[in-house]
Parts: sequence; structure tokens; C-alpha cells
Amino acid sequence: MKLITAVVKPYRLDEVKTALQELGVHGLTVTEASGYGRQRGHTEVYRGAEYQVDLVPKVRIEVVVGDDDAEAAMDAIVRAARTGKIGDGKVWAVPVDSVVRVRTGERGPDAV
Amino acid sequence: MPASTLTALAAGKSPALDTGDTAWLLAATALVLLMTPGLALFYGGMVRTKSVLNMLMMSFVSIALVTVVWLVAGYSLAFGDDAFAGLIGGLAHAGMAGIGPGSVTGTVPTFLFTTFQLTFAIITAALISGSVADRTKFGAWLVFVPVWALLVYVPVAHWVWGPGGWIGQRLGTLDFAGGLVVEIASGASGLALCLVIGPRIGFKKDAMRPHNLPMVLMGAGLLWFGWLGFNGGSAFAANGLAAASLLNTLVAGCTGLLGWLFVEQVRDGHPTTFGAASGAVAGLVAITPACGVVGVVGAAAVGLVAGVVCSYAVAWKFKLNYDDSLDVVGVHFVGGVVGTVLIGLFATKTMTGSSAKEGLFYGGGPGQLGKQLLAVAAVAAYTFLVTYGIGKAIDKLMGLRASAEDEMTGLDQTAHAETAYDHGVLGHGAPLPVPVSGKVAP
Repeated sequence: MKLITAVVKPYRLDEVKTALQELGVHGLTVTEASGYGRQRGHTEVYRGAEYQVDLVPKVRIEVVVGDDDAEAAMDAIVRAARTGKIGDGKVWAVPVDSVVRVRTGERGPDAV
Repeated sequence: MPASTLTALAAGKSPALDTGDTAWLLAATALVLLMTPGLALFYGGMVRTKSVLNMLMMSFVSIALVTVVWLVAGYSLAFGDDAFAGLIGGLAHAGMAGIGPGSVTGTVPTFLFTTFQLTFAIITAALISGSVADRTKFGAWLVFVPVWALLVYVPVAHWVWGPGGWIGQRLGTLDFAGGLVVEIASGASGLALCLVIGPRIGFKKDAMRPHNLPMVLMGAGLLWFGWLGFNGGSAFAANGLAAASLLNTLVAGCTGLLGWLFVEQVRDGHPTTFGAASGAVAGLVAITPACGVVGVVGAAAVGLVAGVVCSYAVAWKFKLNYDDSLDVVGVHFVGGVVGTVLIGLFATKTMTGSSAKEGLFYGGGPGQLGKQLLAVAAVAAYTFLVTYGIGKAIDKLMGLRASAEDEMTGLDQTAHAETAYDHGVLGHGAPLPVPVSGKVAP
């Protein structure tokens, strides 16, 4: 099993969700996040005083999938989240040792 | 205040009550009272999330505090018969003594006149809170407001508008609705108090951008709405002068807004919502003393100049290192000075009713300009110095400033045991298992 984490632009969330549902991925967790990469934020001006806002709003999407589905899921996220502009975000995957479904106690790939 | 009312006041005469004038002033009084909650929103949106309730409270509690001192002694000292050299009124009407439903001031009931004036005193005190946002000990504010109202607002109101006042009646300075009494007094006092209390922790280092600009714009809208009563009501009559003042108020707010946005577009590259709200308020501030003494063109010019000048004045604090947090100095003091001084150029006898009260541009010579400048200097100096003294005294006696820990945690939580917003799924809190304060839980 793999844990896929994607940090993307908030307004791409719906597209990412739809793309994963089409792949048959039925559960995910979304967290509001702040961060910056090469984009380095932006400038805002209040009554003439400039503020450098370097932490920009992002969403972090986390989803656990079987090993065989990981590449396809990552591709789907990348396609759905891409705008081609700076600040589109990152997607990465790490191996997962074990998963338990809380309600039933199922373990391993069945619990995903 | 129109000359006829002043003359009647000075002579102690009681002309007959006019129901039209009374109806309009009743409505105008309600409009002006609404400005203080409007100011609370205007200021509340500008501070950070952790102290927004405290900011709102500083305005709301001013309504209650000033009302009490006004009825006890403030009204009598400001608008009672002159007791000493045009400086202060007497105590004959302390506690509203000698005033009944039948008492008349000008052409309106005295109870209405004093309530209308009270709403001015309230917002002037509330305005000061913007300069000391996010860090004032709430208990100290509860002491400051009534003391300030009695020692600063009341004398200045007497000088400018009271019977026999040395600025309004002896010197002949024009201040229709409060450029001196409200705007310069609150601005100079705000400067004094923020100098006593010192800058917010993180001033010029941390980002302290406004947390809710829609709230700021709502507040500005309510202020503008109420300002029509503030200025239009200052005619103390339902007549053409009230209508002219009302139109001038609208016009100056508009040109102030446009002036501020023009500067932003050229200087910063973007016209901002915060700039629009600030520009409108700057224009309204400046037209306050002038709305009943200048024509429409003069009003447009006053608003425009204020919008442009104030858009630069709000940056002074960063160069000179005083943390006037919400720009009471940059908008109210500077805007008040602009409007009060420009009367010396734009006053016209079609509004003032006297060729002795005309500005330089309307053939009146420099005399009126001199009277305006002298009054600005006197009111600014008095209000700054006395407020500085009050601030220092309160600081010595009980401490003016919240502790650093309270300030960093946020005054909403530390002073009021509340938070304004429910942040995220983990922020809801849970009821305490044991009933607090001995009460039975519902």
C-alpha cells in the first residue's frame, strides 16, 4: 500500500476529487495548509503599507491506495491539479506498513 | 451651528418649538448614534482576529460611559451658560436640573438638543480607541473615557459651540459640525494616548494586516449613512441649510474616495477596497466643519484634498515611529485640519449668511483663514496635552497597558473570555464538566 500526499491549489480540489473517483478511489482526507515553494508568495498593500505574504493557502490531499493503483492515482492527481502556472504544488508517495478500518477491524489492503 | 440658533442661545431666549425642525433632529440623532456601532465595525475589521471583540467593546462601552457623564455634568459644562471667559459652562443643569419636556433650545426641545450633542461626544471618545488598538487594558479604558469626556471634550465643545464660547462666538471661527470638536480633538488625543502607551508588540516587524475588509467596508457604509445626520442635523433645522449640508457631505465622501483611489492606482498600482473606505471617511471627516459654510464645489475640493493628503498621512507613523494603529491621526486629525483650514478659502456668504464670514477664494480676505488656523492650533495643543496627562496619570495609578502575555494571546480571550470566530473543527471547545460561578448548568 502507498500513502499519496498532494499539496495543490485550493481551487483544483474539486477536479482532483472527481479524477480520483473516476479511478475508483472512494476515500480521501483534505487539510487546509499554508506553504510556499518556488512561487514565494505575493505582495499585498494596505493603506500604502506593503506586506509580503510568503505562506500562500494550499490544500493537502491524503489518500491510501493499493500498490498497483499508486502510479495511476498520482497521474490522475497531477493531471487534475495542473494549471501550468507556478505554484501548482507537489505530489509524493510513501510506502504504508499497515492500515486498519476502525469500524470493522479489517486490516491490510481490504481496509483501504 | 447657524447664527440664529447661536444668537438665541446666547441671549437665553426660547423661541417657539418647530415641529419640522424637531422631527428632523430626532431622526438625525438616531443616525449619529448608529455611527458608533459603525465605527466599531470599521475598526474591528482592521485589527487581527485575536482582538476584534475588544475593539468592538471599546466603542460600545463608550456609548454607555459618555452618556452617564454627559447627563451628570457634561451637558451643563459644555452648553450651560458661560461660567468663565468663554472657557467652560456652569453647573446649573447638572443632572439635567431645570430642564423639562417643555424646555426649548433654538427651535427644538432641549432634551433633543442635549441628546444630539451627546451622540457627538460618544463617537469622539470612541474614535480614540483606534490609536491604541490591541493593547489597552480594558479597565483603564473604562476610566479613561469618562475622564477624557469631562476634561477634554466638554471644554472644547463649550469653546466652539457653547454660549459665549471663545472660539465660536468671540473669535468667530467656523466649525459647522465638529472639525475641531470631533475630528481634531479625537486625532490629537489619539496621538497623545498612543505615545503614552507605546507601540504594539511587533509593530513594523509582524504583519498586522486587517483581518476582515468586508467588515471595514460595512462600517464605512454605516458611518457615511450616519454622517448625513451628523452634518445635516448640525443645521438644527429642517431647512435649505440642512439640505445643502447633506449634499455637501455626500459629495465630499465621494471625492475623498476618488482622491485616495487615484493615489493608490498611481503609487501602488492597485485601487484597494481599504483605500475606498478610508478615502470616503477622510472626505467625510474634512467636510464635517465645512459642510454648512461652503458650496458644492468647495465641498468637492475639500473632500478631494483630504482623500489625497490623508492617503499619504497614514504612512507618517512608520517614519516617525508612533503606533497610531488604525490611523486616527492620519485620517481624523489630518482630515479635520484640512477641512477646518480650507474653510478659510472656501467659505461663502451664500452659506454663512454674512459677508464677514467668507473665505479667501470668495473675496473674504485672509481674516477667516487666520481665525481657522488659530482655533486649530489651540484645540490641537489643548487636547493633545490634557490627554497626554490623563494617559500618564492612569498609567501610574492602574496601568494603561495590558500585559505582554495578554497582548500576544489576544485581548478577546484575556479581557473578555470570548473569541470572535470558531476556527476549524478543533476549535469548538466543550462545556465545562462542573457548573461555573455556582450556577446550575442548563
